[in-house]
Amino acid sequence: MSYEAVIGLEVHAQLLTRSKMFCGCGTEFGLPPNTQVCPVCLGMPGSLPVVNKQAVEMAIRAGLALNCSIRPTNRFARKNYFYPDLPKGYQISQYEAPICEYGWIDLAVNGRSMRVRIRRAHLEEDAGKNIHASEAPGSLVDFNRAGTPLLEIVTEPEMGSAEEVVTYLKSLRDLLVYLDVCDGNMEEGSFRCEPNLSLRPVGATTLGTKVELKNINSFKFVKEALEYEIGRQTKVLLEGKTVHQETRLWDIERAQTVVMRSKEEAHDYRYFPDPDLVPLSISEEWIAELRETLQELPQARLQRFVTEYSLSEYDAGVLTSSRALADYFERCVKLFNQPKTISNFVMGELLRELNQTGSDVESSPVSPERLVELLGLVDNGSISLKMARELFPEVYASGKSPEQLVEEKGLRQVSDEGELGKIIVSVIQSNPTQVVQYREGKETVLGFLMGQVMKASGGKAHPQKVMELLKKALAG
Amino acid sequence: MSLVKLTLKELQDQFTRAEVRASEIVRAYYLRVSMVEPKVKAYITLNDKETVLAEAHALDQELKQWRKTMPLMAMPLAIKDNICTHDLPTTCGSRILGQFRPPYDASVVATMRPHRFLLLGKSNLDEFAMGSSTEHSAFGPSRNPWKLNHVPGGSSGGSAAAVAADECVAALGSDTGGSIRQPAACCGVVGLKPTYGRVSRYGLVAFASSLDQIGPITKDVMDAAVLLNVLAGHDPLDSTSAEVPVPDFTRAFKKRDLKKLKIGVPTEYFTEGLDPEVEVAVREAIEELGRLGGEIKEVSLPHTGVAVATYYIIATAEASSNLARYDGVRYGLRSKQSKDLLEMFCMTRQEGLGYEVKRRIMLGTYVLSSGYYDAYYGKAQAVRTLIQRDFEEAFQDVDLLVSPVMPTPPFQLGEKIDDPLQMYLSDIYTISASLAGLPAISIPCGFSRQGLPIGLQIVGRPFEEETILRAARAYELATEWRKKRPAIR
Repeated sequence: MSYEAVIGLEVHAQLLTRSKMFCGCGTEFGLPPNTQVCPVCLGMPGSLPVVNKQAVEMAIRAGLALNCSIRPTNRFARKNYFYPDLPKGYQISQYEAPICEYGWIDLAVNGRSMRVRIRRAHLEEDAGKNIHASEAPGSLVDFNRAGTPLLEIVTEPEMGSAEEVVTYLKSLRDLLVYLDVCDGNMEEGSFRCEPNLSLRPVGATTLGTKVELKNINSFKFVKEALEYEIGRQTKVLLEGKTVHQETRLWDIERAQTVVMRSKEEAHDYRYFPDPDLVPLSISEEWIAELRETLQELPQARLQRFVTEYSLSEYDAGVLTSSRALADYFERCVKLFNQPKTISNFVMGELLRELNQTGSDVESSPVSPERLVELLGLVDNGSISLKMARELFPEVYASGKSPEQLVEEKGLRQVSDEGELGKIIVSVIQSNPTQVVQYREGKETVLGFLMGQVMKASGGKAHPQKVMELLKKALAG
Repeated sequence: MSLVKLTLKELQDQFTRAEVRASEIVRAYYLRVSMVEPKVKAYITLNDKETVLAEAHALDQELKQWRKTMPLMAMPLAIKDNICTHDLPTTCGSRILGQFRPPYDASVVATMRPHRFLLLGKSNLDEFAMGSSTEHSAFGPSRNPWKLNHVPGGSSGGSAAAVAADECVAALGSDTGGSIRQPAACCGVVGLKPTYGRVSRYGLVAFASSLDQIGPITKDVMDAAVLLNVLAGHDPLDSTSAEVPVPDFTRAFKKRDLKKLKIGVPTEYFTEGLDPEVEVAVREAIEELGRLGGEIKEVSLPHTGVAVATYYIIATAEASSNLARYDGVRYGLRSKQSKDLLEMFCMTRQEGLGYEVKRRIMLGTYVLSSGYYDAYYGKAQAVRTLIQRDFEEAFQDVDLLVSPVMPTPPFQLGEKIDDPLQMYLSDIYTISASLAGLPAISIPCGFSRQGLPIGLQIVGRPFEEETILRAARAYELATEWRKKRPAIR
């Protein structure tokens, strides 16, 4: 029998608010432990939560972008469990009434389009962080992160492969980054994913036993963990055994999943509406206002790039993969109306340099103005496209203006007819055999003669000009 | 007349007219406390006399420069020990908080600070305000100043006893199911539970968040209005605090009669279980309200019978979650017995929490458990709505409701400690108004043959504390109960 995987995803996206979900503390990452705390996020007796409006707005904007309906009245609920990093003994989350419901995201996987449905997206607060320092007796807790707003986005279980999952995750992350509601940083934990998967015989309609996966902090691990787990469960089933309902951790060292807790150890979270917070009302007007603020979404921008700039789907896809890159491209086009040339150069040269130095386009040392300046030099014949490509790493590394670099290095192409004429005359004189062959009709020799001229000019001769003058000279 | 016998308003008038100095007030009260506190045990923490005296001297110095004083200036107050104060420990009557000193003031305290009141101490309560007698305090029970072997009521028993014994001029209490009104009735003083949302809960250590409300316990109705003027108002730190205008509550007293007021008497409150002595006193009080011009009508609150059950599901459910934070990780007690994390949680709570608190946490955990939620918590929420509707309908016909505060006069220490159900029934008349979030006052309306106080409860529409205060004040002035004082022996 063969089996198919059914995969659903929970993503926790940390919202880019200035302050925490229920208090005024800041949300900056990496500060000294317990310096970003107050009575509220420390769960001091008597302290009370107040909902962060900015977090609600970000959730609504993300929900709208994910084609969700926004609930006009939603409630916060308490999820009760004991853990040292959970200051109040409960997490404020949303249970019965999430802020966003019933959305979807459209994807292209291997040229095939598919739709992943979003079941819900709800607001909640993050916990602190336990630190097990070897030198300290016992463990320590850092509450800086406690109370940071999260949007938990839950799909229907309907993806079938690790590839689909990764495509979904990338697309979701791009969207959230695009909307400026999440920085999408998986390593720092601001975009966390927890897949759940079950296997069933191909064609079956009921779902098999579900296993949840945790501790996955890169797309690479998502793929590896899912593929490992699909393999493991397939093997279990083929051996006639049963899969246990449990939560498993991805063990990076051993590249396998290991049991974290079984169904029997699962918590009864005793959810109930948080009496400290009144139901949150979201008016039609508020939603309409936020809809106005939504930037053009990646999919729409991609289509526009195809039609407006005559780019291929692929190129447009790369350029709209982040808003910063798409903005960069459009800024260049505005300064220099050759979209195709810019697209090639950005995708080839700029992205390569950015990748190699591990930077992103926001901090690119080459501004759109500089990049366009370089392409302008090609356009007016000062340098060849090949030279521009060769020069780019230096422009990138030095931060110097392309004009200045071309001058400094004496790279400006020679198009002066007098100067080129002298070189051509000398080349013709020193290669009489080839000249005869050409005149007898062997046109391929032209390439050889052309190369000789270029060589003699130190590579600086303007190729088209050389061709034109060379032909004229040979004809004469 | 001794300084400590004065009401807050009277003392304030004398202070403002410079007839008495703040330092004299402090000395008089510390003398009184030194005399009666060993018997009454109203306080968990008494403030340091020299600290308070220093503040009083400063006030006396500065008084000359001020053109106007504030209503609580130099007033010696007690604050229930579940309301956070940055300068004195806040124990909630529990071992689990140890000598916890909050790094902040509750919003009500922060609002009162600019008044330069004098904080005499933190008053005793049943642990985490769970109880009706103060017998569940980890620091021992307070005594009823009228009869020391009787309970002062609870959970704000320390506050009520301190006011009754003249150990402070007024006090703050908190009321979840009757915790201001019931002890006020037991001690023969005035206790006002404002409308839910009228006073900020920020810094009130939560017992049941949807019910808890801070309010004044005072020597008379006037003082309750003076204090409510300061306490009431929206607080951005408490999402459940209401954004409604706050009137000057003392203006409610311009009318000295009750003409045009319709006063409802709920039939269901005068049935089985009501002590005859209490019934007689309350019926006489109702007649007096009629003589003052009120139109008395019988009304029905059909769901009264299920209020106590409803309350003990909702309140314990919320409490089980609210008290989860006492885990030994960040503050208060941490058990030294534990070897691992689970043991640390368990042992800390085992050692730190008292019997009644544990009982309620277990009840609350049970009613929220998956599989039981709908049958208990879900059902209780539905019934709570029915109880609210009962009141809404009754208030179509009447402006106020009157009833006993408690079914019996104050009971003896130890009498009900082993019978939680009997103890829970002490709040049978106060719980409904709590579930409906309504404002309610308890005022003295007589004494039992044994000489123990009996209270009258007046309940009003949401945010109509003025109507309650007006009726209570008219009754208070028409009777002599407030002039009786306990002998404390």
